[in-house]
Amino acid sequence: MNWSLSPDWPGNFWLRLIIIAVVIIAYVMSSVIMFIWMERRVIARFQSRLGPNRAGPFGLLQAFADTVKILTKEDIIPTLADKLLFWIAPAIAFVPTLMIMAVIPLMNGLQLADLNVGVLYIAAVSAIASIGVFLSGMAGNNKYSLVGAIREIAQLISFEIPMVLAIAGLVIASGSMSVSGIIEAQNIPFILVQPLGFMIFIVAILAEINRTPFDLVEADSELTCGFNTEYSGMKFALLYLTEYSEAVVGSALIATFFLGGWRGPLLPGILWFAIKMFASFMFILWLRGTLPRLRIDQSMRLAWKGLLPLAFVNLFIIGLKSVFLPDLSLWISVPAYILISLILVMLWAMFMRKERQSFGG
Amino acid sequence: MGMNIAFWVLAATATAGALMVVSMRSLFRAALGLILCFLSIAGLFITLTAEYLGIVQILIYVGAIAVLIIMSIVLTRDIEHSNVPSPYKLPAVLGALSFIGVAIWAILNTKWDNSTGMAFLPISPKTLHTESIGQMLFGQDSLVLAVEIAALLILVAVIGAISVAKEK
Repeated sequence: MNWSLSPDWPGNFWLRLIIIAVVIIAYVMSSVIMFIWMERRVIARFQSRLGPNRAGPFGLLQAFADTVKILTKEDIIPTLADKLLFWIAPAIAFVPTLMIMAVIPLMNGLQLADLNVGVLYIAAVSAIASIGVFLSGMAGNNKYSLVGAIREIAQLISFEIPMVLAIAGLVIASGSMSVSGIIEAQNIPFILVQPLGFMIFIVAILAEINRTPFDLVEADSELTCGFNTEYSGMKFALLYLTEYSEAVVGSALIATFFLGGWRGPLLPGILWFAIKMFASFMFILWLRGTLPRLRIDQSMRLAWKGLLPLAFVNLFIIGLKSVFLPDLSLWISVPAYILISLILVMLWAMFMRKERQSFGG
Repeated sequence: MGMNIAFWVLAATATAGALMVVSMRSLFRAALGLILCFLSIAGLFITLTAEYLGIVQILIYVGAIAVLIIMSIVLTRDIEHSNVPSPYKLPAVLGALSFIGVAIWAILNTKWDNSTGMAFLPISPKTLHTESIGQMLFGQDSLVLAVEIAALLILVAVIGAISVAKEK
């Protein structure tokens, strides 16, 4: 069965754009609600608790109850805050996450814009979101928020490079910079073809969307709540929404770049995409349930001494393969590259451990 | 029609951002004005079908350079709220005016012909803009030597910066 949206479906250019935009926004918002529910219940499971289970069946309505509570709270602006920036920062943080979803196809053809530089667009727009988070930390005029904000920028600069290098490997393998071109090239998902790239990408994306173990930006035990300490009421709700829609976008990017996006047998594309996205988020939650938070110097060392050289090696190997052995059978290249990746990761882990011992920390 | 509206909106925001950069008391807000200006110029590139240039403008200027400027403002003491007036007001005005004069003269005296720019490209203008940039930089009979020399220059600059910033 062929589930796809033809490129001229309702007949009107503007109508198509409006309908797809509404679908994407609704998709992101409902995924955010599901993610919040999932996070609370799954993490509760990991910690042998029950989690929210009173509002609605299985606590499904908890997010709505929280929203009503948060919107009726008093909206406080600190006296010494930069008022304009304090107002505008949550919006600057939120809008780019929706902008990224514009180039990600939810199913075959259900995509707002098939840019031929889609991958670069994703990298560029995600930087704007980080500037929004940074501004919200700056504007509150609070030392804890400022430290959180500076950490955000430090992580942005450090983890952006390995992330883009990991995506560059995909661009080489698929021969296209557009997101739908990359999905088109995944006859088998890129997680098997480029396992090392997948590992680098998932660590970098965790840092970009500030999930544990890289949630140093809001580190509640040391910075009270980091960049959003001073926020309350509706503006806090918007920042909270930003955090989860970044998680949606991060999971969607993992699903699109490495798990084959909407492609899959039998079921319609949008369902496959959702399954893959929720599976990626489950993996992120699993990491959160397992790993403690890194210190900022550990996080920086991981980015510059661990991920960056590894990303260059990954790109180099993929480049060599696509220049000298472009027709190598997948039956040979996939196991070989998985083996190479495992050896490289172990080597790097040994190197990092030795280095940590020599620093004594 | 739509393109005209887009052009005027983007041009107005770019000018407003540029005015913010020079007129804001707080350096931090001036840096934000710079980001606004960069973003609108990226939008202008995209309306001219140079989407690669536009995206790279956002990636490099907003994602890297503006962030660097903001970081240096945040990390410099006593600079955030006091934009120190310069003693060289007259030379600055003269310099700005002469630059505007040269820029206007250059804009008015250039022949803005759509086709000549495209004829310079090695492949037909029908193909994708990104692809033609790639062909020009790395393809047959291309500027690959210049690209490599630029890469070497950047490497030299990075090593120089490290040696300057290294603690003695």
